[in-house]
Amino acid sequence: MSIISGLEDLVDETISVITNDGRNIVGILKGYDQATNLIMDESHERVYSTRTGVEQLVLGLYIIRGDNISVVGELDEDLDSNLDLSQLRAQPLKPVMH
Amino acid sequence: MLFFSYFKELVGKEVTVELKNDLAIRGTLHSVDQYLNIKLENTRVVEQDKYPHMLSVKNCFIRGSVVRYVLLPPDGVDVDILHDATRREARGG
Repeated sequence: MSIISGLEDLVDETISVITNDGRNIVGILKGYDQATNLIMDESHERVYSTRTGVEQLVLGLYIIRGDNISVVGELDEDLDSNLDLSQLRAQPLKPVMH
Repeated sequence: MLFFSYFKELVGKEVTVELKNDLAIRGTLHSVDQYLNIKLENTRVVEQDKYPHMLSVKNCFIRGSVVRYVLLPPDGVDVDILHDATRREARGG
């Protein structure tokens, strides 16, 4: 039942993380703990804008503190490869307001 | 522990989770834990045109601390049972 066993099956898979400040970071999940701290490898940030397509910034190995995490999504590689990021325009996500 | 037990009863039902960044995600409730972290399957974002950030995500984990609302299916709430349980909890046991 525990959700932590839910992140277990995402280890070594590509995940898409939304942080509390509205960033979207995509990478491979290497580790996590009960506070949802994450270790991600080969990560990059996807920067959304209304004027240009999605810009990808290379980040590399990243540790994200659990406090700062909103959503951890399992990235479907097929769906993702069909996305034309250069044509995708959107407002950046709002930061979390507690 | 009351709401943890309550959400466990809702596993398998379709819910909408609204986050504190205004993003609303709809999906089938897969599991919930003691922190009220929520795992959804078959997810879609309610305003997909405005928020295309999760277009290639079909299963996700939502941290309990960023949840603003969980919108439940009407048949998912037994008001009488919930009334009794909250009163029992308020009495301290």
